[in-house]
Amino acid sequence: MKDFIIPDRDFGTPAAKSKRMVTLTIDGFDVTVPEGTSIMRAAAEAGIQVPKLCATDSVDAFGSCRLCLVEIEGRNGTPASCTTPVAPGLKVQTQNARLKQLRRGVMELYISDHPLDCLTCSANGDCELQDMAGAVGLRDVRYDAVDTHFKVKNTSGEANPLYIPRDDSNPYFSYDPQKCIVCSRCVRACEEVQGTFALTIEGRGFDSRVSFGAKTDDALASDCVSCGACVAACPTATLQEKSIVEIGTPSHSVITTCAYCGVGCSFKAEMRGDELVRMTPYKHGKANRGHSCVKGRFAYGYASHKDRILKPMIREAISDPWQEVSWAEAMEFAAAKMKGIQTKYGRNSVGVITSSRCTNEETYLVQKLTRAVFMNNNTDTCARVCHSPTGYGLGQTFGTSAGTQDFDSVEEADVIMVIGANPSAAHPVFASRMKKRLRKGAQLIVVDPRRTETVEGPHYKAAHHLALTPGTNVAVVSAIAHVIVTEGLFDEAFIRERCDWDEFQDYAEFIAAPNHSPEAVEILTGVPAEEVRKAARLYATGGNAAIYYGLGVTEHSQGSTTVIGIANLAMLTGNVGRRGVGVNPLRGQNNVQGSCDMGSFPHELPGYRHVKNPDVRAIYENLWGVTIEACTARVRTSCNPIPTRTTSRRGWRRWNV
Amino acid sequence: MKIYVPLDSAAVALGADAVAEAIVTEAARRGVTIELVRNGSHGMVWLEPLVEIATDAGRIGIGPMTVADVPALFGGIARHPKALGLVENLPWMKGQTRLTFARVGVIDPLSLADYRAHGGMVGLDRAKAMSKAEIVAEVTESGLRGRGGAGFPTGIKWKTVSEAPGERKYIVCNADEGDSATFADRMLMEGDPFTLIEGMAIAGLATGAAKGFVYIRSEYPVAIRIMEAAVRLAREAAILGAQFDIEIRVGAGAYVCGEETSLLNSLEGKRGVVRAKPPLPALEGFMGKPTVVNNVISLASVPVILAKGAAHYKDFGLGRSRGTIPLQIAGNVRFGGLYETAFGLTLGQIVDDIAGGTATGRPVKAVQVGGPLGAYHPRSDFATPFGYEEFAGQGGLIGHAGLTIFDDSADMLAQARFAMEFCAIESCGKCTPCRIGAVRGVETIDRIAKGDAAAIPLLTDLCSTMKSGSLCALGGFTPYPVLSALTHFPDDFTPAKEAAE
Ligand SMILES: Cc1cc2nc3c(=O)[nH]c(=O)nc-3n(C[C@H](O)[C@H](O)[C@H](O)COP(=O)(O)O)c2cc1C
Ligand code: SF4
Ligand code: SF4
Ligand code: SF4
Ligand code: FES
Repeated sequence: MKDFIIPDRDFGTPAAKSKRMVTLTIDGFDVTVPEGTSIMRAAAEAGIQVPKLCATDSVDAFGSCRLCLVEIEGRNGTPASCTTPVAPGLKVQTQNARLKQLRRGVMELYISDHPLDCLTCSANGDCELQDMAGAVGLRDVRYDAVDTHFKVKNTSGEANPLYIPRDDSNPYFSYDPQKCIVCSRCVRACEEVQGTFALTIEGRGFDSRVSFGAKTDDALASDCVSCGACVAACPTATLQEKSIVEIGTPSHSVITTCAYCGVGCSFKAEMRGDELVRMTPYKHGKANRGHSCVKGRFAYGYASHKDRILKPMIREAISDPWQEVSWAEAMEFAAAKMKGIQTKYGRNSVGVITSSRCTNEETYLVQKLTRAVFMNNNTDTCARVCHSPTGYGLGQTFGTSAGTQDFDSVEEADVIMVIGANPSAAHPVFASRMKKRLRKGAQLIVVDPRRTETVEGPHYKAAHHLALTPGTNVAVVSAIAHVIVTEGLFDEAFIRERCDWDEFQDYAEFIAAPNHSPEAVEILTGVPAEEVRKAARLYATGGNAAIYYGLGVTEHSQGSTTVIGIANLAMLTGNVGRRGVGVNPLRGQNNVQGSCDMGSFPHELPGYRHVKNPDVRAIYENLWGVTIEACTARVRTSCNPIPTRTTSRRGWRRWNV
Repeated sequence: MKIYVPLDSAAVALGADAVAEAIVTEAARRGVTIELVRNGSHGMVWLEPLVEIATDAGRIGIGPMTVADVPALFGGIARHPKALGLVENLPWMKGQTRLTFARVGVIDPLSLADYRAHGGMVGLDRAKAMSKAEIVAEVTESGLRGRGGAGFPTGIKWKTVSEAPGERKYIVCNADEGDSATFADRMLMEGDPFTLIEGMAIAGLATGAAKGFVYIRSEYPVAIRIMEAAVRLAREAAILGAQFDIEIRVGAGAYVCGEETSLLNSLEGKRGVVRAKPPLPALEGFMGKPTVVNNVISLASVPVILAKGAAHYKDFGLGRSRGTIPLQIAGNVRFGGLYETAFGLTLGQIVDDIAGGTATGRPVKAVQVGGPLGAYHPRSDFATPFGYEEFAGQGGLIGHAGLTIFDDSADMLAQARFAMEFCAIESCGKCTPCRIGAVRGVETIDRIAKGDAAAIPLLTDLCSTMKSGSLCALGGFTPYPVLSALTHFPDDFTPAKEAAE
């Protein structure tokens, strides 16, 4: 999967979401786009590139550079195509003598305040300012600039007070103000994409400069979390990866998946020959949509770390040194050893554990190796810890052991309930996407003993923080269900149509019992009853309500039960089965779902089909030509006890959505 | 004895507070009981502090007063050496059509009783009996256009907000009044604050807004104080309250925060940078909600329109400029101040007849109309009638109706440079043509001053980039003063001038 380093096409402004289509004419071509699309994006979709500098499709249009001006028949002036939405029947011209003149005029101003050292600039060849100077045909700068931001000394030989030296304090990227065109793309990326608000523009007019907060703050001292969004957004060499400065621009790239957290961001590993130059978040990555966090973006030193094992090695005993051998020898050695152990200690004496960072193909093959070659069910996965309660709980309630939504879905949520998770730290890219939605007005409920940064941050704050005593998840979730049922906030039509009404009534009677009320459990949970009630009402009545939960739910003795309780909340209120809602586990690794789908658990063959079921075994026995062991392993790697049978499971096990 | 001493900032700057204090002391010394009213100004700045004494015949004016002139007040007004006779009979006053400013200078600004006695609240009472659409129609029918500068029809703006979906809507009064030589907003707020409150309350009824803000520049401490007091009184009198309330907000000293979208950012607590339009503030304004942003004078003209009917207001004016306009005359001028009149006087009538020419007595060289972004008009433009389209036709604008007069000693190259410098200092810094262009403009004019003729076409190119390229009218209109100076006074831009001196 190689592609050349032509940057992914930039449509200038984000895609519009409307379903209504609008047709207009741009440079004589008819273009049909969703309502709310900018003229710039409509033009780009028709293959017409309008010159631009301040617009990029990861952030909202801003209208500051004034390069993208166009003419619209019947309208005065020269509106900016990035900030002007399409309208039916518009006749737009993106090129003519007047516009050409205007764009040159703007470009001449830019270049009058920019150092002319393109040949030695680290962004040479990868600079939008350079591209635009070419695109508008600028040939001459007629100004005798006196005030500039790039000259170290002014015309009379004194230090130029406007010159700000390069800030190299951040370990991963540098900020070189002399090259800045003050397009604010970085500031907007930090606000809109990342949600950290570390950057601002300081000063007014010609004195406007990008700043990491107070004048005395450098990048390292600021709120910056080094996500790199600003660097990706910067059209010039002003904010740039230090690796580019050191190595040079990349020549090609490979699409890959981040090896760190459960979000699973897609990246472009940008290469120069065999050397990794930088990792840039991949725009088309479905988990991250072009964003990333510091780990995937900059902490890729492992890729070429000297400790990395590149050749197969074996050793007889733990006390022996490792010995490099050929692949064939290594395979034979391993096979012989495994066989030997089984001969000596029995079939069940060997087992495997896979990581959920492995691909579907890898995990499938390993469980097949275990079942078809080792002839036992001693297979497990690291997702055992974070995911098995989800697998069980959602399997019991929804019939499938999977979360119900993709990450894009959060953009349509109106109420977001986060239980036992701190995405800001553990799932940063999801957190950024969630916070973007929160800043647009979605409401947040956090159920977590800790007051983490997920509870409150720049321009968002949880409406309710249920700071429960650890170990009382089930009680809190049940109390929420109690309020929903007793206050009549459940969605009867949904339950009748999509669930089982009789079982619901049984459950409702059970959960409505006074011992499940917020008031009754307050003494256990430590959460004020009124807060629980308010949160329950908000969840049930606030529009699209989505639950995101993490290891604070699953890595507990009542993990499965809490998951069942969570699924119950979603079914009660009709918050499953469409965008913006659902039950969403935030996992520990990026392929938890896949590795479990592939049958990595001891008791389940691929597709969550129980190994005890002879029909299921028969399928694989036919496929693989072996007899499959019907018992699950005696040696368990799990630290997760069998889910306790508690209250909220009652009556809900067979509900299907 | 009822004595009026203005509290208006211009009068205070000229000593009104000291005069008021001296009057109180003198009266006490003489054992005379007086009722001292601190009123607004009538707008004759050359007569300030203009003290008035109520008599059976009417209010006699004495001015410009000094502390030394105070004792003579108590020895028979008519014989006071600075007595001017009845204020209403002064030619400056007689010539005016005071609709919006009818009560300014006349009433006690903070007396609701006085306000009502002079026709206040009639408009609001009438509006209360009307539907939203009827109020909007009345304002549209009056022909009222925004007095803040752009001249956009107020009724149409209200209609957009009124019909915009959304439960929360806002009325924002733009009292940032940053244009040089303008003071109408200040005089109105200091002299008749309830008119503005009434206008905003009517706007609230017309649009369904429950909350209004008055954004006042920090340089107007008196206006801020009076408006705050007036809002409090209006609340006590249940004119403001649950249905519609007003909050006073103070700016932080940026000219560009008078531009409506920067103003909204500033109100929201953000940097005062201009927002791109669309979205229009009428649809996505304060906190993203439908918002009316109107100038003080636009809003303060609404009560009289509602009270007397659209037809009465519309009857004044010319062409598409209906009603009256408070001219603010300043600069090198004999009679400076505020003069409310129907649209249509020529520039010459205003400058020569009303303002009486320059204070220095030298010939008028140029008049800048419309504040720092307005064009410099030479005498050859003096036949132009005062109206939006008429001034646009002369490559100018009327803006907030401020006029600054210059005599023949003015150096128009220096004025052009000042325009660029003003833009450079006041630019919000968002868009490139203004942010970099204004600085290059100053440098380029400096080159012209040094005799570099090649810099002249560069300056005109720059002006066309700024004019068509800028995001807002600060960068977009700065070329007006620059190019008008260059076009009408080319001699000031020739190297010969430098050589000759
Ligand atoms: C740079 C700049 C400064 C402005 N300053 C003011 C001001 O001080 N007061 C004002 O009412 N309008 C000002 N305006 C005009 C406003 O943007 C806006 O058009 C006006 O407040 C609308 O009210 P109106 O329709 O009642 O005139 C300014 C515009 C620009 C571009
Ligand atoms: S690296 Fe991320 S957090 Fe830091 S300034 Fe840039 S966008 Fe903001
Ligand atoms: S640092 Fe880059 S992105 Fe930020 S304003 Fe400067 S040029 Fe634009
Ligand atoms: S013209 Fe000047 S003040 Fe207006 S948006 Fe541009 S930079 Fe800001
Ligand atoms: S791209 Fe539209 S103004 Fe910059």
